[in-house]
Amino acid sequence: MIQVNGLTKDYGARRAIDNLTFDAEQGEIVGFLGPNGAGKTTTMRILTGYMPPSDGTATVAGYDIMEESLEVRRRVGYLPETVPLYNDMTALEYLKFMAELRHIPDTEERAYETLEGVNLTERANSYISTFSKGMRQRMGLAQALIHRPEVLILDEPTIGLDPAQVVEMRKVIREIGKDRTVLLSTHILSEAQQICDRVLIINKGKIVTEDTPENLQSRLVGAQRVILRVRGDSDGLSGKVSKVKGVRAVESKPDGSVEFEFGAGEDARPQVAKTIIQAGYELLEMRAVGLSLEEIFLELTRDNAPGKKSS
Amino acid sequence: MRNIWTIAKREYNHYFISPIAYVVAFIILFTEGIYFTYIISFYSQQALFGGMQAPDITPINWLFVFLLVFTTPAITMRSLSDEARTGTLELLLTAPIRDYELIIGKWLGGLLFVLTILAVTLVYAIIMNSLVTPGIDQQLMISSYLGVILAAAALLALGVGISAIFTNQIAAFFATFGLFFILWFMMGIFGNLVQGSGAQVFQYLNISAHFSDALNTGSIKLSDLVYFLSLIALGLFTGTTAVEIRRWR
Ligand SMILES: Nc1ncnc2c1ncn2[C@@H]1O[C@H](COP(=O)(O)OP(=O)(O)OP(=O)(O)O)[C@@H](O)[C@H]1O
Ligand SMILES: [Mg+2]
Repeated sequence: MIQVNGLTKDYGARRAIDNLTFDAEQGEIVGFLGPNGAGKTTTMRILTGYMPPSDGTATVAGYDIMEESLEVRRRVGYLPETVPLYNDMTALEYLKFMAELRHIPDTEERAYETLEGVNLTERANSYISTFSKGMRQRMGLAQALIHRPEVLILDEPTIGLDPAQVVEMRKVIREIGKDRTVLLSTHILSEAQQICDRVLIINKGKIVTEDTPENLQSRLVGAQRVILRVRGDSDGLSGKVSKVKGVRAVESKPDGSVEFEFGAGEDARPQVAKTIIQAGYELLEMRAVGLSLEEIFLELTRDNAPGKKSS
Repeated sequence: MRNIWTIAKREYNHYFISPIAYVVAFIILFTEGIYFTYIISFYSQQALFGGMQAPDITPINWLFVFLLVFTTPAITMRSLSDEARTGTLELLLTAPIRDYELIIGKWLGGLLFVLTILAVTLVYAIIMNSLVTPGIDQQLMISSYLGVILAAAALLALGVGISAIFTNQIAAFFATFGLFFILWFMMGIFGNLVQGSGAQVFQYLNISAHFSDALNTGSIKLSDLVYFLSLIALGLFTGTTAVEIRRWR
């Protein structure tokens, strides 16, 4: 459904995406995971016909994005990063306008159907300017769904939503993704893992790794950053901790605590605890903190990551 | 065609919730109303003293175009620049419509708005027609209104074209107004300053020369029609190109 081949985009001298190659099958939900500036939005804008690539090709729903841009746009639903809404329109007017642009025969009926799909039926006649952030996000999704597209491209669909709405949005997307191809972008690893059939991790314009959530999970399992706190003097603590097998990136913090990481599949915590108690420290706290996205990239691309070891 | 109409309808409706559009409509209709009252009283006084001249609609239509030179920049400034600012341009540029359909739709919506105001001023023509026997000069009236419509279409096309270049609507306003000021006021002055073919070029570019001294005097000449149609084409082409350049950046 989506085939991307060597896609490259330069903004002046800055290369935003560099030789991307990937594909997405029908009925597949593919997650685009990456930190700020990774090139997610740029890729999506190229696939939706908003702008041309500097190099490379792509086909969406069987049509070339450059040669047959209008055919591609007819078959793609797109939720841009900044949700494109007209504040002076009501929800119904807005969707009718979008339906008309898509040459849908009964615009009013379709608009109502779509509003129902995103739970906004009661607000059909409210002005969009009165909508909350979450409602605006759902309006944006409704606009992308109005023509029942074969391919959906969603740029950070859950950003700015409260936890309950995030869950709701994810449910809607999974429902849509049953029979359609969905490409969505996110910063959140757990989100990509929950919704997607496959995750592409992208950083600085390049695909770092590509895998199913299960495999990613097993490559990451246990890889964690831990904060350690002892009563009183913590002199020499970091030295002791760093000698434990599997521990790395040990850092003494100004407040006396010590942070360290251990790699996937080598949970060093029991050994660390044993070591410092034997050394006479009084252990107050040992707490795992999530890895940042940057750290996850490092983790996933380490040469000795377990996921790669097996191959 | 259908896409153009969808965009034009949206644009047209948008004017009816826009304060600026109401201000523009008010300025035009109010000024025209005062001017019309003045003309009628002037000619009726003349008639009392045996004056034979019958009034016609051309001063009213001249004023309409004159006011458009100042107000069109305000009508068109947000046309595309606002879409770019709020991000809805991304919606339109990823919808299955061609760039020129978007620009023509925007222009058509603006033109229909101005024609709506113009339709209101038809009242003056009707009143005048009833006051004068045997009625006002039909051919002059047709030529004059054709001139107004062409001039409005040309100004709006240039305004929409410039609006497509800018993301900031104030910048779009001043660029448009600057261009109209040059085309309406400065060309005649430049034309008087230089001699020979240079003067002819300036005279040819002068909007006033093709409206006030031509169509609005009852003479329908091909060259004047070509002039306005060229301006319309130039404006729409500029707009379409600006959108395309935006994509490539
Ligand atoms: N219009 C533009 N002009 C110049 N550079 C741009 C433009 N848009 C994006 N970039 C650059 O391209 C790179 C990729 O940006 P992009 O918006 O695709 O990232 P992203 O993955 O969507 O990030 P985020 O998570 O912050 O949305 C960045 O370095 C950015 O500065
Ligand atoms: Mg982005």
